[in-house]
Amino acid sequence: MLSERVIGILADSFLKILIPGLTVTIPLTVISFALAMVIAIAVALIQFAKVRILKDIARFYVWVIRGTPLLVQLFVVFYGLPNIGILIDPFPAAVIVFAINEGAYCAETIRAGLEAVPYGQMEAGECVGMSYMQIMRRILLPQALRISFPTLANSIISMTKDTSLAANITVTEMFMATQRIVARTYEPLLLYIEVGIIYLVFCTVLTRLQRYGEKKLGRYRI
Amino acid sequence: MILSVSGVTKAFGGTEVLKGIDLSIDKGDVVAILGPSGSGKTTLLRCMNFLETADSGRMEFAGSVYDMHSITKAEKATIRKRTGFVFQNFNLFRNKTALENVTEGLIVARKMPKAEAVDIAEATLEKVGMKGWASHYPSELSGGQQQRVAIARAIASDPEIVYFDEPTSALDPELAGEVLAVMRMLAEEGMTMVVVTHAMDFARNVSRHTVFMENDYVVEAGDTESFFSSPRMERTREFLNMEER
Repeated sequence: MLSERVIGILADSFLKILIPGLTVTIPLTVISFALAMVIAIAVALIQFAKVRILKDIARFYVWVIRGTPLLVQLFVVFYGLPNIGILIDPFPAAVIVFAINEGAYCAETIRAGLEAVPYGQMEAGECVGMSYMQIMRRILLPQALRISFPTLANSIISMTKDTSLAANITVTEMFMATQRIVARTYEPLLLYIEVGIIYLVFCTVLTRLQRYGEKKLGRYRI
Repeated sequence: MILSVSGVTKAFGGTEVLKGIDLSIDKGDVVAILGPSGSGKTTLLRCMNFLETADSGRMEFAGSVYDMHSITKAEKATIRKRTGFVFQNFNLFRNKTALENVTEGLIVARKMPKAEAVDIAEATLEKVGMKGWASHYPSELSGGQQQRVAIARAIASDPEIVYFDEPTSALDPELAGEVLAVMRMLAEEGMTMVVVTHAMDFARNVSRHTVFMENDYVVEAGDTESFFSSPRMERTREFLNMEER
């Protein structure tokens, strides 16, 4: 099976797959996840603060996004929105969808983290004269993020692999690059295993970062 | 008189827990509030620092009068900056060291320069015997140590009155003793204190005034010595006899 020709294809294709991985898959993951975190923290705070109308909106957002497939969301934004005159390039379209999608899941993670922080600290903060937002930013949220950290790490690992779905909206990330080589060489088994291994390496790095991060979180316990 | 409240009422979901409470506290006074569980004494204390909003009531503090039901955020903040509160469960900031627990309010709420706040925090921690633990997190401290840090946090801003909500109820007797010793020292220094407590020894030996609450009312209030030696109300006598045993 591993003839000289096949080894040649695998070796040739390695950089052709890895480079879109480094220049598209990773930036897509990092930018989308960063935006997702901003959305998630905002939505979690809104739900936690129990402001009626905002909370209903936040709930609706989480409900819709978690209840529909990521692939459908990608298609709606990239192929659907042009119908009403909204044209978005493939990469930004993917970033928007991944950020909104991941934001909904991470919002729930962070909200659960906030609810796990002993609430007496809020009262203690009030009694030393701190405002709600000061207590939130300096006391409750750091602890909530710490509680949520392993789950959030799980989310970014999961998202790294989900970016392969962006191939469906013509983003030339790692998986699409592989598909193109397969179409030319007709070696699907080995090439798809090859790209799988590269995803595995990326995720292994993230797992290591997670362990390192958990150690760096400081020695306090909640 | 530094603080007085009158006609404080509070109901939770239709159940009245305070039925028109009056209480007045002089500067340097140490007031112990006694009473069985569910008598409303903790709720009264929480209403006095606006952790609960009273349904009605009037507060006079440092020369100003406030409606306890419709008090504004700004008024609450003004009063809270001049008071301290110690909780039954300590409620230390878990992500901050002992020192940071004390400096946090000074730096963030009072905008004090960091160096000054650290100086004050170190001196206050020393006062409660916790200076050697300044860099420890709450999870690395015993309950008694945590409560002493919490007391340091409450008194660091030099408040005019400090509330204690059952400060030793979550501690076993030995650890309670070290907390009570700190409170006795503060009382002797002339700090104005209002203490909801089950610690009869503290009430009897440290407080100047004692208030006995039951069933959402103040049953009896008076100076501590006569409260314990010759209680006027039958119900107070029963309660004291129960506690003696």
